[in-house]
Amino acid sequence: MIAELGHFTLILALGVALVQAIVPLIGAWRGWPGWIAVAVPAAKIQVILIAAAFAALTHAFVTSDFSLRVVVENSHTLKPMLYKVAGVWGNHEGSMLLWVLILALFGAAAAVFGGGLPPRLLARVLSVQAMIGVAFLAFVILTSNPFDRVGLPPFDGHDLNPLLQDPGLAFHPPFLYLGYVGLSMAFSFAVAALIEGRVDAAWARWVRPWTLAAWMFLTIGIALGSWWAYYELGWGGFWFWDPVENASFMPWLLAAALLHSAIVVEKREALKSWTILLAILAFGFSLIGTFIVRSGVITSVHAFANDPERGVFILAILAIFIGGALTLYAARASALEARGVFGVVSRESALVMNNVLLAVAAFVVFIGTVWPLFAEMFFDRKLSVGAPFFEKAFTPFMVILAILLPVGAILPWKRGSVAKVLRPLGGALALALALGALAFAMQTGKTALAPVGIALGAWLVAGSATELWLRAGRNPNRLRRLPRADWGKAAAHSGLGIVFIGISTLMAWSIEDIRVAKVGETFDLGDYSVTLADVEKTRGPNYMTTMATMEVALHGKHVATLYPEKRFYPVANMPTTEAAIDNGVFRDLYLVIGDEQKNGGWAVRTYVKPFANWIWAGSILMALGGLLSLSDRRYRVAAGARRGAVAAAQPAE
Amino acid sequence: MKRILLAFFLLATPVLAVQPDEILSDPALEARAREISAVLRCPVCQGETIDDSNAPVARDLRLVVRERVVAGDTDAQVIDYVVQRFGEFVLFEPQARGANIILWVAGPVMLLIALMGAALYLRRRGAATEAAPTPLDEDESRRLKEILKE
Repeated sequence: MIAELGHFTLILALGVALVQAIVPLIGAWRGWPGWIAVAVPAAKIQVILIAAAFAALTHAFVTSDFSLRVVVENSHTLKPMLYKVAGVWGNHEGSMLLWVLILALFGAAAAVFGGGLPPRLLARVLSVQAMIGVAFLAFVILTSNPFDRVGLPPFDGHDLNPLLQDPGLAFHPPFLYLGYVGLSMAFSFAVAALIEGRVDAAWARWVRPWTLAAWMFLTIGIALGSWWAYYELGWGGFWFWDPVENASFMPWLLAAALLHSAIVVEKREALKSWTILLAILAFGFSLIGTFIVRSGVITSVHAFANDPERGVFILAILAIFIGGALTLYAARASALEARGVFGVVSRESALVMNNVLLAVAAFVVFIGTVWPLFAEMFFDRKLSVGAPFFEKAFTPFMVILAILLPVGAILPWKRGSVAKVLRPLGGALALALALGALAFAMQTGKTALAPVGIALGAWLVAGSATELWLRAGRNPNRLRRLPRADWGKAAAHSGLGIVFIGISTLMAWSIEDIRVAKVGETFDLGDYSVTLADVEKTRGPNYMTTMATMEVALHGKHVATLYPEKRFYPVANMPTTEAAIDNGVFRDLYLVIGDEQKNGGWAVRTYVKPFANWIWAGSILMALGGLLSLSDRRYRVAAGARRGAVAAAQPAE
Repeated sequence: MKRILLAFFLLATPVLAVQPDEILSDPALEARAREISAVLRCPVCQGETIDDSNAPVARDLRLVVRERVVAGDTDAQVIDYVVQRFGEFVLFEPQARGANIILWVAGPVMLLIALMGAALYLRRRGAATEAAPTPLDEDESRRLKEILKE
């Protein structure tokens, strides 16, 4: 019964979305206030209806209602409660329901916080947002209905893929979707602005917080996914340049570019048409990502339930929305004239360079991701594009970006001088070179990867610190009174630097040992010595496990006792490795237990992973930077004052 | 329960990729073998290298790579040997020949185009004169009045 209610509210939501897509658009065009006013309540009702459907599906998972097909296929009565709930979006149908829920949430958020927007612009934004909603609600209802019943409900379900039964992965998809779908706001604002034929500083000020929020969520989502891969897959890989990962990375790169170009629109009224294009493309790549993930046209390590019919549907959505938006863009972009004037050496130019590098980097990721498909279709060659290609083709852009970033960040608007800017950065440069040289001296005949990564990372962090120092007028007391946006910027840029250090040292300096160890045996791993103390077989709530006890010591002193496991999930008939990790600031100890060998003893894999946590710490710092900027007083004052003004104006009407 | 336990011990498939018994005694050769197997794709898996994969064919390929390395082949010869048998699908780094040249030059060419576009734009912006702001429309002047009244 509850499932039918969910199904019903989902179909109602489609109806509301249709109304919200059509009525306010006509109202804004003809100037009918009554029709314009439909947008806000419709957006709110839509989110309530979809939330009700989502709650109904969650209820089915929590109560193990095996009359629903998705529940049978993805749940099991013995599964821990956390994963019953996470199982709601751990499958195609449920995750698409989450997709439309978040889409509607963003629309409703715009309706609630958009009181200060010109009513026509708000009506058009909400109408475009609802059009996307119509498309995806139709997709869910027609091709991926989560409320599909089975004729003969079985006694128990097939269980969720055990790899997905993990807290890191439970929250990876919602964050990723918040990011993907958050970019729909930038898209809706861009299309609305094209319809109005007007883009100004106020528009950019409205778009930026949404893009910032989307980018922040994407950062967290990607970091969670990579962290999960690191500890779950059993050998400490954190990024595979897999199509599905690339699908989330391209929108991230473009959202980062969009954030920066919107600054130029807001402060200097330039780069308008490029910013609009970028907003369209950023969401376009979100849709492409959804298509890659859901259609299965590109083989990936991520096994999703996919089917060609769904792929074609999403491709049609992609073609209609991006094709339509680009056509509108071609017709209207010339009407958006730039106003700001600036020299070749200026903050504006630096931000243009940022956009060039990020956009071309996203393009490289894109062409590498779709090339196997292209090559097969047009040249009849079955080939692969993987990590070695991306490492060579993508990395140079990030290196140039990191070199330019601290300089560009402190260049003045309009016109600047490189020499003047470089002087205060001398300290940061010296520190970066010194640390790079130290790293080079410490390592023994290995690649330049780690020294270069460390130098660039230090340059970014020290450059951000220098910038804060300059902003505060070299007065420590004023540091605390700097606007949060300044701190946000410094935090995000430093976070990037820390990620650079983490990735380069982890890739260059990892130590690995693979061997057969007998119980009681001690062996060396770099400077550490590892003892396989014990191995025992036990069982968990819904799995069997082989658990080893391993002691790690450094120069005879005990460091940690770790319990790596090898689990077997009988319902899904799948083994998983649970690596045991001792986290540290400068290194992780990463231990894995393997199979029992014929001649006694166990296969063991042990690693020292230097600076591994810096990758995720840096990502968190980047997201935190976004959050700090988002909470800046200037946004709140602008939004609050406008809401107040509107509220005050109402009684007079 | 007994049956499940039995299934557990029968079906416990290997979860490690490179097994201890595969490793060559010469660390230099082993390091080369690892580097080679990190760029070769497991032919039956979904985008894993043979170095990461647990599939039996990946293990066979790792052993083949080690055989060839021990036999004195260069890295390129080993890779060619595998490509001859499995096709260029196994290469994670596509060869820069034929149509693949497009893939390799796409990034740099795009960068050049983007830089030229940016340079043109910057020159235009530098030469332009600051345009006068557009006058407020009706709605906006009303809003401005409201705000000023407060």
